[in-house]
Amino acid sequence: MKQPKLPAIYGLMAEFEGSTDLVIATKAAYAAGYRKMDAYSPFPIEEASEALGFHKTRVPLIVLVGALLGGSGAYALQYWINVISFPLNVGGRPWHSWPAFIVPTFEMTVLFGGLAGVFGMFALNGLPMPHHPVFNDDRFARVTRDRFFLCVEAADPKFDLVSTNEFMESLKPLSISEVPH
Amino acid sequence: MREGPEEKTLLQDVPWPDEPPVMLPGETYGTVTDTIADAVLKRPIGLGWMTGFLIAGFFVMVLLVAVTYLFIRGVGIWGIQIPVAWGFAIINFVWWIGIGHAGTLISAILLLLKQTWRNSINRFAEAMTLFAVACAGMFPILHLGRPWLAYWLFPYPSSMGVWPQFRSPLVWDVFAVSTYATISAVFWYVGLVPDFATMREKATHPIPRKVYGLLAMGWRGSARHWKRYESLYILLAGLATPLVLSVHTVVSFDFAIAVVPGWHTTIFPPYFVAGAIYSGFAMVLVLAIPIRKFYHLESLITMRHLQNSAKVMLATGLIVGYGYFFETFIGLYSGSTYERFMLQNRWFGQYAPLYWALILCNILLPQLLWIPKLRSNTVFLFLISLDILIGMWLERFVIVITSLSRDFLPSSWGHYVPTRWDWAVFTGTLGFFSIAMLIFIRIMPAISIFEMRQLLPESEVKADEAA
Repeated sequence: MKQPKLPAIYGLMAEFEGSTDLVIATKAAYAAGYRKMDAYSPFPIEEASEALGFHKTRVPLIVLVGALLGGSGAYALQYWINVISFPLNVGGRPWHSWPAFIVPTFEMTVLFGGLAGVFGMFALNGLPMPHHPVFNDDRFARVTRDRFFLCVEAADPKFDLVSTNEFMESLKPLSISEVPH
Repeated sequence: MREGPEEKTLLQDVPWPDEPPVMLPGETYGTVTDTIADAVLKRPIGLGWMTGFLIAGFFVMVLLVAVTYLFIRGVGIWGIQIPVAWGFAIINFVWWIGIGHAGTLISAILLLLKQTWRNSINRFAEAMTLFAVACAGMFPILHLGRPWLAYWLFPYPSSMGVWPQFRSPLVWDVFAVSTYATISAVFWYVGLVPDFATMREKATHPIPRKVYGLLAMGWRGSARHWKRYESLYILLAGLATPLVLSVHTVVSFDFAIAVVPGWHTTIFPPYFVAGAIYSGFAMVLVLAIPIRKFYHLESLITMRHLQNSAKVMLATGLIVGYGYFFETFIGLYSGSTYERFMLQNRWFGQYAPLYWALILCNILLPQLLWIPKLRSNTVFLFLISLDILIGMWLERFVIVITSLSRDFLPSSWGHYVPTRWDWAVFTGTLGFFSIAMLIFIRIMPAISIFEMRQLLPESEVKADEAA
């Protein structure tokens, strides 16, 4: 099998001053047909992910599945312990005294839902990932402070170094840079 | 103030005309980042911090000595006996875990209610929760008698063939507190990740840079990442909200499910939760007032935060007052000799001075918070918060000790006096809590930087331009 040829650079990155500029630019790039791109900001901007065409996350589903597994697992464990494996007569209560099992069931629902969500969020985000091409641009450090970036990746079928650069010029960014691998 | 055009609801935090703002004007993305991060990265260790560290460190040593001696000699070194088998360990457990509740309330419940002013105090309130839960968690384990067998509390397939007894509130406690500690820790860490990325870029020395870099996990502020992040953050808040209410409810079950007079009452869960939030906000103010003064964060933690906290204390204090009233009412109305005697014993018995001190600290003095002038006086707020913390501790003392020392049979009555080792463990946890907070504010951003950026008016995407 032939290895696909890696493009010479990771992509082109434009730097913006404000959240509104970033959203306008992202919308324009999406309208121009670019899909393999990402917007970077120092705080969450709901409109930016919408502009990228990224509307739905699977995080809520993961939390739901984790919560259901945790809750049903905890209840099943208590049932098995108190009814099957180790029946213990406490004040003549029935073996299957379900109201008493609710509290650990609830707690395990929360615990597994929360942990599944945290691990799921990081896994979907591909983190931890200490090295990423966008960090190769020195200006990018300010994404954790006060700058906003839009990176159109070279892997995008519409990407062309000259025409994409021209398109990005039209967005009036503070700067444009080539991001090496 | 953030005012989303579509998401404006009645619950959204809109200040009254003459109320102080959430953030003083003149702040930008850069200044909030620098103010918060430089307090960690640039500020030298001051004399005040060092003094605090040494005093707190002394009490940590006291804790270590007390715990070591406890391990050697057993719980007999404490004042506990029969009938008062619970003593300081349970009083301090309930008190500490209650303090933790305000942190979760601020970070989760106020987030769901879109109270954006919480953004400047949620980080250290969450840290406070974590350390308070750590202090709380020590007590039941030390109280076990054989603390090294604490893992017996968890359901695991042991070679003894026995399992925990799930009908007991004490086992529920294990689940509630360990879940609470875990969820609080991950909520806190998730909130810190984007700020660790900021610290990574701002740190100049290679070692902190590496450490912050590891903790930030390569966070790069991608819009896709933020979307999943926000989705998770809201869900965690949604999970933590019933969780925090459940924790003190389960703690109150430890009492309410027993038949001891003064404990066996249905008012306990709501009254315990309100008391927890009451003492927790008091601790938030005890921490926030000095932090904002010594770290010059007055423009980020404004009078508005302090006043709002004072109002929450006033409200929850009234709920606690209602709880006291109803305990009394039911005691008299129930017609039960034992309940009536319990009241009589609380008011006039051997521990009566503590009961009246608690009424003074928890119910009477905090009414001063009705006066707006006093709510804007930081010295007064600090003192009243200390008063509430003492009052809530006395409440736990009165609940645990008066009921246990005078139960049904006069022949089994006893008198509980804490020993020096009780005090050593208690003051030791105070030292542990203080040292943990002191270290926290030195090594981590004490205010959530990215959430502060969101509070700035320019963070809002202008819908008309971006259409």
